[in-house]
Amino acid sequence: MGARKIYLDNNATTPCDPRVVEAMVPYFFEHHGNAASRSHPFGWEAEEAVDYAREQIAKLLDADPKEIIFTSGATEADNLALKGVYEMYARKGNHIITTKTEHKAVLDTCHRLEKQGAEVTFLDVQADGLIDLAELEAAIKPNTILVSIMWANNETGVIQPMKEIGDICAKHGVLFFSDATQAVGKIQTHPRELGIHLMAFTAHKMYGPKGVGALYVSRKNPRVKVTAQMDGGGHERGMRSGTLNVPGIVGFGKAAELAMKEMDQDAARLSRLRDKLENGFKQLEEVYVNGNVEHRMPHVTNISFKHVEGEGLMMTFNQEIALSSGSACTSASLEPSYVLIALGLGDDLAHSSLRFSLGRFTTEEDVDYAVEAISKGVQHMRDLSPIWEMYQEGVDLTKVEWSEH
Amino acid sequence: MAYSNKVLEHFKNPRNVGTLDKSQKNVGTGLVGAPECGDVMRLQIEVDDATGTIRDAKFKTFGCGSAIASSSLATEWLKGKSVDEALTIDNMDIVEELALPPVKIHCSVLAEDAIKAAIADYKKKNGIEVAAEVATA
Repeated sequence: MGARKIYLDNNATTPCDPRVVEAMVPYFFEHHGNAASRSHPFGWEAEEAVDYAREQIAKLLDADPKEIIFTSGATEADNLALKGVYEMYARKGNHIITTKTEHKAVLDTCHRLEKQGAEVTFLDVQADGLIDLAELEAAIKPNTILVSIMWANNETGVIQPMKEIGDICAKHGVLFFSDATQAVGKIQTHPRELGIHLMAFTAHKMYGPKGVGALYVSRKNPRVKVTAQMDGGGHERGMRSGTLNVPGIVGFGKAAELAMKEMDQDAARLSRLRDKLENGFKQLEEVYVNGNVEHRMPHVTNISFKHVEGEGLMMTFNQEIALSSGSACTSASLEPSYVLIALGLGDDLAHSSLRFSLGRFTTEEDVDYAVEAISKGVQHMRDLSPIWEMYQEGVDLTKVEWSEH
Repeated sequence: MAYSNKVLEHFKNPRNVGTLDKSQKNVGTGLVGAPECGDVMRLQIEVDDATGTIRDAKFKTFGCGSAIASSSLATEWLKGKSVDEALTIDNMDIVEELALPPVKIHCSVLAEDAIKAAIADYKKKNGIEVAAEVATA
């Protein structure tokens, strides 16, 4: 017991690849300079390292290195994109379109902008998690300045039709921002090719270190600008002040280089393991995969085990297997996952869901072990579950008069 | 969030899991909570007709670890108590015993509700007057 530790929560954060760590180490002591110090070799070395990392990241995005603005992470990049565009383009309009299944870093930023006078449309998604393109186009108005739609959803892995959204934005002359945190480094993400003007992402979801992220900002056709959200030394072409996190950025660059090299083989291997995981649960009754299974990330699956509560289920194996639940009880809010609710899942199915996110270091043995342990856990929890008993007796659970609390 | 050892212990070795025959006159059943809320507890008591004490208690719970531990503990406490003594079990006793954090207090409330609902069901079946505020599901 407890000897085995299996990590299937790579959408929360990925381990930092040892090759990334190795690249970072010299930049803590040996080359500790401030990249903004222009007058001595310590600064030059740091600047050179940052420039190199910027190139590595730009290559991954098929972008110009000058289009990469370093931040502290994806949350900051999301804030900078939304608030920065809202301020910079205030003369053109105040309307932003986004979706109900965005990450909180986008949703809460939009809510703040609403308080400051923005008009925000939160699009519904369909039962498979995809947006309705006609609905998006119909929502665009003369005062629309920005469409903000995530590339891949963190809970379901569902990938939005980025090219089609980009075309709609281009047709109407509206900026397109994407929170691509879960996509960059795992699938091809070339913003220019798809008509994306701003894109947020972070190192620690792609086997890099925590505490460093970036915002891609298109430099030509169109040249996009965002108003800085922090005042200071005017770093990052005036869009993001603050001394650069040189070791973090070096690691981010290395992670991007590795992702570019290994993306295809990682994706192929992980989608096979993911399918194996899903198939492994097929022997259990009343198991549902949430979200579109065609348009989704290769390493993610979100599964509801009906009549079992997610957090309780996790307790049967969480000493050995790490993953996330869409159940209310994992957070202090007591509300089940708003993403799954937006897909139209009942609260009961949302409470019964687990999110599996595999990664570069997941092995086939990990998956086999997880299937066995979790299946046992589901069985155990169903033996404890009064609603499973009622279901087996043929009681129509929708007709029971529950006492809500 | 870390669970207390007592919660973990009840979760790993839940006491009195099972189902009593609800058609029996001396069995009271309380079903509280809702799947949509992420917690459903079913708690049953079997009363010894001769002595008026609770001879057996069983539960099944759909919910998180704290909900399962709360109902497991409740069944332990119920056994051997008279029906009226059982009514004095307070949710805060459960909170204290299991060291539940504030976000999990609702689990103990649900367990108290389940106890009250099971007793109300038993009393109703046996023609004993029921306190008005409790309803069975």
